Amino acid sequence: MLSQDAKKRAGIKRQIRLPNSEAFKIALRSIKIRFWRSIVTMAGIILAIAFLSYVMTAGWVERGVQAADETAVRDGVQARATQFWLIGISLLVCVVGITNAMLMSVTERYREIGTMKCLGALDWFVVKLFLIEAMLQGVVGSLAGACIGFTAAVLAGMTQYDGVLGSLPWGAALLSLTASVAVGGVLSVLGAVYPARRAGKMPPADAMRTEI
Amino acid sequence: MAEVATGLAHEYAVKTLNVVKEYEMGKQTLRALKGIDVEIRSGEYISIMGPSGSGKSTLFNMIGGLDKPTEGKVYIDEVDISGLDAYELAWLRCRKIGYIFQTFNLIPVMTALENCTLPMIFAGMTTQDAMDKAAGLLALVGLGDRIRHKPLELSGGQQQRVACARALANDPAIILADEPTGNLDLKTGKEIIELLRRLNKEKGVTIISATHDLKMLDVSDRIIWIRDGMVDKIERRDELDIEVGTLEGEEA
Repeated sequence: MLSQDAKKRAGIKRQIRLPNSEAFKIALRSIKIRFWRSIVTMAGIILAIAFLSYVMTAGWVERGVQAADETAVRDGVQARATQFWLIGISLLVCVVGITNAMLMSVTERYREIGTMKCLGALDWFVVKLFLIEAMLQGVVGSLAGACIGFTAAVLAGMTQYDGVLGSLPWGAALLSLTASVAVGGVLSVLGAVYPARRAGKMPPADAMRTEI
Repeated sequence: MAEVATGLAHEYAVKTLNVVKEYEMGKQTLRALKGIDVEIRSGEYISIMGPSGSGKSTLFNMIGGLDKPTEGKVYIDEVDISGLDAYELAWLRCRKIGYIFQTFNLIPVMTALENCTLPMIFAGMTTQDAMDKAAGLLALVGLGDRIRHKPLELSGGQQQRVACARALANDPAIILADEPTGNLDLKTGKEIIELLRRLNKEKGVTIISATHDLKMLDVSDRIIWIRDGMVDKIERRDELDIEVGTLEGEEA
């Protein structure tokens, strides 16, 4: 093995940097260039989070209406239990979808990853890029989904009851909106962990050899 | 930084000692390299020649720290790279070595300028400094007016020029070129070879190029012939007895 002294003589140091701002820029560019693909990936998150947000908001709508008039709501409670099962399943499907899409994305970019590694990227640079990409897609998708679900729930409530907008506990409803965005962001990063690690671990020579 | 740029005047840029590489192909073991010893001095222009499947690219990967030898040692600037950890290897790839590939391997989502800045950003340079330097390098390779173009908007020759500029980003001591002219026509191939030669002379960069392009012979200081995973012979240019011009049947 080599002595520390010899390394120092040749000026070998340790590679450490990839500034967050640059990582964000690179990830954003990767999304932009594959815009429609990103939309399709996001569609899963949008739907799942819209469903989550719809059910949560519908709950607040009912509670608001009930607080104003005790007799207005009759069958809310047991219906919601089955809905939460469905939400759980739809979120699971959504994570699997994201993992699949990110795996495809990694395969498609073998060469790009190999090139970055040749240029001095560490494993975790690559992991970071993929996770940021997933997070951006997740947050944007969940934001869209949450807004859709929220609006749909409020509109549906308005067709059923009177004075929904007045009685809705807005603070709590907006908090659940934020929560569903957070859930979407976290799930989408979770779904990308395995593909990103696979991309990061790839030896550069293998990555260059692979013909797509 | 400065001491890296000048290469600290090590006598040998690259040295390999009995390098063996075996690939496991199912139950069979393929011996791609069977003990390679080469010594390449700083500032030399070396061509590694040999037929397809002779182990050229494998040797290239070993020298570039892209793959580890099964046996033997590779020294870059007199440092045994098998003793380096992942961080140090990444540092080496980033600062000491510039890579040029047959398939150019530019990042398709980035412009020529952004492609060139990438190694500098990995090296911790600020974005503005990196942009300025990259623009200078692109001008050096003759693409000063196309820095905002994406790789797909450039011709093969232009893409390879971008790759050359990118390889120079962190003032490496060594440029490794794996069949740099393999995907180019005769004329553009020749231009790239001349560009490499110019960079070698002006910047004192050691150039090691795996190739089977005979035009390369003309500019190389030494040619290492590889056959069946072994060094067949090493020739200096003045010892060559073939006329390059006639072999290619090329005009001008």
